Amino acid sequence: MNPAWLKPPVFIASLLPLAWYLWGVQADTLGANPIEAVTRGLGTWALNFLLITLTITPLRKYSGWAWLVRLRRMLGLFAFFYVVLHLTTYLWLDQFFDWMAIAKDILKRPFITVGMTAFFLLLPLALTSNNAALRKLGGRRWQKLHRSVYVIAMLAVLHYFWMVKADATKPLIYAVLLFMLLGVRILWRIQERRRQQAGSYSPKPPQRVIPLTVKR
Amino acid sequence: MPNRPPADIAPSEITPRALFNRRREFLQLSTGIALSGIIPAAEAKLGPGKPSPYSTTETPTPLKHITGYNNFYEFGSDKEDPAQYAHTLRTRPWSVSIEGLVKRPKTLGIEDILRLAPLEERIYRLRCVEGWSMVIPWLGFPLSSLLKQVEPLGNAKYVEFITAVQEDTMPGIKSRVLDWPYTEGLRLDEAMHPLSIMAVGLYGEVLPNQNGAPLRLVVPWKYGFKSGKSIVRIRFTELEPRTTWMNAAPREYGFYSNVNPEVDHPRWSQGSERRIGEFLKRKTLMFNGYADQVAQLYSGMDLRKKF
Repeated sequence: MNPAWLKPPVFIASLLPLAWYLWGVQADTLGANPIEAVTRGLGTWALNFLLITLTITPLRKYSGWAWLVRLRRMLGLFAFFYVVLHLTTYLWLDQFFDWMAIAKDILKRPFITVGMTAFFLLLPLALTSNNAALRKLGGRRWQKLHRSVYVIAMLAVLHYFWMVKADATKPLIYAVLLFMLLGVRILWRIQERRRQQAGSYSPKPPQRVIPLTVKR
Repeated sequence: MPNRPPADIAPSEITPRALFNRRREFLQLSTGIALSGIIPAAEAKLGPGKPSPYSTTETPTPLKHITGYNNFYEFGSDKEDPAQYAHTLRTRPWSVSIEGLVKRPKTLGIEDILRLAPLEERIYRLRCVEGWSMVIPWLGFPLSSLLKQVEPLGNAKYVEFITAVQEDTMPGIKSRVLDWPYTEGLRLDEAMHPLSIMAVGLYGEVLPNQNGAPLRLVVPWKYGFKSGKSIVRIRFTELEPRTTWMNAAPREYGFYSNVNPEVDHPRWSQGSERRIGEFLKRKTLMFNGYADQVAQLYSGMDLRKKF
C-alpha cells in the first residue's frame, strides 16, 4: 500500500477536533464553561494523538502493514500541535499571560509541573522530527532521544490523573491503554533478549529507523 | 379489508405508541403535583418571592447555564450528566426527618415545609471549589425557620445534612466515586445564620431536579459542595460530622470549606474564579463577598488550619 494518498485524509481528519472546538465556540455548543471545555478538550486530544502515535508500531508489527509507519511522524506532530494549543489556552485563557502567577502555578501545583515537564520533553522531539535532524543525529542517537516519548506519555496520563477532582475513570482508561502499549514493548524486549541468548538472534536494527525518512 | 382503520381517522391523528405509553406517566406526574396543593399543575411557578436585602444586584447567570452545568455526582460526574439524567428523580412524596439532639424529632412532608415560612428571593453568588462561579436567584426560606421546628438541645453543636439515595433513578450511585448518601454539615451558628437558606426554587419556579429538588441547602459563603441537594435527613450532633468530601480527600476538603482566596486547594489556586458567561477571570472574594455578614463567626480561628 502506498501511503502517499493516505496522508492528506489523515491530515484533514487530525484537524477535525480543532475544527469541532472552533465551531463550538462560534455556535455556543460547548456548554456553560466553553473555555474549560476547550482547554480540556485540546488536552484530551493531545493525549489521544500521543497514544495513537504509540499504537502505530504495535499495529504495524501485528498487521504487517509496513506503510503505517509513514503516518507516525505526522501523528506525533499532531500530538505536539494539540499540546501547544492546550498549553496556549492555559497560558492565555486561564492565566492571561500573568507570568508570575504561571511560574507560581508550575512550581506549586504538581499536575501543572508534570504537564509542563511533559511539554518541555516533547519540544526536542518535535524539533528533531525532520529528516535533516534525523540525519544529523544519526539513527541510533535519534531513536534514543525519541524513546523519551514513553516517559512523556506517562507524565501526560499522570497530569490528567492529578487534575480530576474525584472521578478518575477517564484517566484510568488512558492509564490502562498506555500500560498495554508500553507493556507490549517490554514484552518484545524480553523476547528479543531470549532470542539473543538462544543464539538465534539475527540483527536487523536499520529496519526500525530507515522507513522514517521520506523517500523521494 | 377488516384490518384497515376506519376512513374517518387520519393517520396523523393517531397518537404514536411511544407518546401513548407515556400518557400514564404524564398523568401521574401532573396529578402528583396538583395534589400537593401548592404548585398549579399547569406550570411550575412558585415565585416571585419576597425580595431580600441579602440579594446581590449582580446580573444572574442565565437559567440554561444554572440548569445545564451542575455537580450532582449521584447522576454522574460530568457537568452535563445531571441535566440529562435527573429528570427521573422522584420528588413526591418527599419528607425530611429532623432528629438527633433535639427535644422533639419530627418528620415533615414537603408540603408542610413549603408552608413554614414565606418564600423569599435570594440572589446569591455561588462559588464552586473547582474555580467557577454563578449568580443564582434562589427561591427559599431561612434554614433557621426549619431547624427551629424541633427545638435543638443545649449540647447540639453541629447539624448534619443527609441527602437522598434513589438507586433506581441515580445512575451515579453505582459508580462509588463518593460514599453515599452524600453528607454535609454545618456548625449550629452557621446553620442558624440568616444567609443560610433552604432553596425550593430558582428563577421564580420550582427547583429543577438537577439543582437538588425538591429542597436543598444554600450556604453562599462556602464552596458549593457544602450546599447539599435533595435533602432527606437533618441530624443535630454534638461532634463535628464527617462529610462526604472529607472522607474522599481529607487533605483537600475540610469541614469549614469557606470561600477563601488565600487558602488554595492543594492542587489548584482559589485566588480567582471564572464567572460563568464571562471571558476574563475575576478575583475571588473572602467568604465569597459575604465577609461583612459572616466573618465574625470565625473570629480568632486560624482559617488555614480550619479550612
